[in-house]
Amino acid sequence: MESVDLIYKGIFILVIFGITLLIATYSTYFERKIAAFIQDRVGPNRAGPFGLLQPLADAGKLFFKEEFIPAKANKALFIIGPGIAMLVATMSSAVIPFGDMLIVGGREIWLQAIDVNIGVLYVFGIVSLGVYGLMIGGWASNNKFSLLGAIRAASQNISYELAMGLSLIAVLMMTGSLSLREIAEQQQGFNWNIWYQPLGFIIFLVCAFAETNRTPFDLPESEAELIGGYHTEYGSMKLGMYLFAEYINIFVVSAVMSTLYFGAYNFPFMENLRSAISDPVLANNVVTLVGVAVMFAKIFAFIFFFMWVRWTLPRFRYDQLMKLGWQILIPLAILNMVLTGGAILLKDSLF
Amino acid sequence: MENVFYFLASLTLLCALMVVLSKNPVHSIIFLIITFFTISAHYILLNAQFLAAVNIIVYAGAIMVLFLFVIMFLSVGKNDHDPKASAVTRITGTIAGGLLFIVMFAALKDAHVGTYDAENFNSQIGMVENLGKVLFTKYLLPFELASVLFLVAMVGAVMLGKKETGERHF
Repeated sequence: MESVDLIYKGIFILVIFGITLLIATYSTYFERKIAAFIQDRVGPNRAGPFGLLQPLADAGKLFFKEEFIPAKANKALFIIGPGIAMLVATMSSAVIPFGDMLIVGGREIWLQAIDVNIGVLYVFGIVSLGVYGLMIGGWASNNKFSLLGAIRAASQNISYELAMGLSLIAVLMMTGSLSLREIAEQQQGFNWNIWYQPLGFIIFLVCAFAETNRTPFDLPESEAELIGGYHTEYGSMKLGMYLFAEYINIFVVSAVMSTLYFGAYNFPFMENLRSAISDPVLANNVVTLVGVAVMFAKIFAFIFFFMWVRWTLPRFRYDQLMKLGWQILIPLAILNMVLTGGAILLKDSLF
Repeated sequence: MENVFYFLASLTLLCALMVVLSKNPVHSIIFLIITFFTISAHYILLNAQFLAAVNIIVYAGAIMVLFLFVIMFLSVGKNDHDPKASAVTRITGTIAGGLLFIVMFAALKDAHVGTYDAENFNSQIGMVENLGKVLFTKYLLPFELASVLFLVAMVGAVMLGKKETGERHF
């Protein structure tokens, strides 16, 4: 690889990192605004115009609060816990194709940080590591309620990971590739996977809610009726890191869902737009840039959906949650796999 | 590339040693997780990306979480508890370790590093497609038998965890 490419990749990774943090920051603002809208309130409107500086004010407040470490807590792990949560959350956006290829000065620039041929497995591996931040933090607090919260979180994440992986397999069977870019390329135009995999998408969506600990599956926190969960003993920015990691996870899972099921950067009438512009380089760049905008529009739509559900549905009881995961979602995912396999075989023998 | 290998190898050995030497079982588990990561890095050095990812998903992502689960439940509240080992334990431990060392020495005495043909070496051999083809053609029977073994283990676990008639958990 040339050094120019390396520099470009480095800059691109930094930009993606910055965008991830920015979107997570403003997710907290929009969460509060949407909550206010749904509950017919005004929401934050003091800091800056329309309260737009509210996330900065929140962060400032969290930074200046007292750093508190409980006596007899495992100090090193207590500090590492939120760090792991944050690290794992920011890792998976590296393989997501945010756009197709730009041509600048005769040089091809792919709008994806790294293209590995195991992209889906990479994302899945990172998701399965997400549980460590919570478990280590909950255990290191040396508090039985924290430990119970951590165990709640871990068992929920493990249970829903299975159904998530099984629903993914159907998509992989259709596309025949583990690379997220290839999956995105195969959904050219309006040929999105959602039309072929509606059941798989619903299973994936439910599991995504459970994996990011969002309502109706926010049992790991459930601040209203149980003790706070794995972060009971946390305060100041360490608590902030845990909460922030949750918003980053929402962004990442929205991006993954848009890529796998909603055609990533593809949009209807893409080819018409490409052929409408005579200069091929310009046409390619225009289509790519519109594609990036479409990708982010899809991501924002999913983030809005997450918030909408949070302020609409009440949460599950824990045994109902486990029952949904193990007795409904996993059999449904296996059924989806069998149906997809049958459909692929039928298509091969008929056409 | 060689320097990367030596760095990774020493890191792996260090973490593996820390698994054994840590007083706190939770620390041991965390070092074991780091060991799995370094082993995955070795797989990536060998251009076996699929194995690296699966190693992380299965070992670091699933099995170690269950380990952590059990250890956290068992050792809660006695973090700094360190029972003195009795003389018998120490003597048996020394003898067992020494025997293992002899076996290792005997096994490695005549071993020699295998050579590879740099000309004909296929660097793409660890990719998913090739691995899948080999698994489903050349090694189909062992592969299927392994999956049957997993199924049996799963059914066994469900049998053990099943509710008896009249038993209530909630």
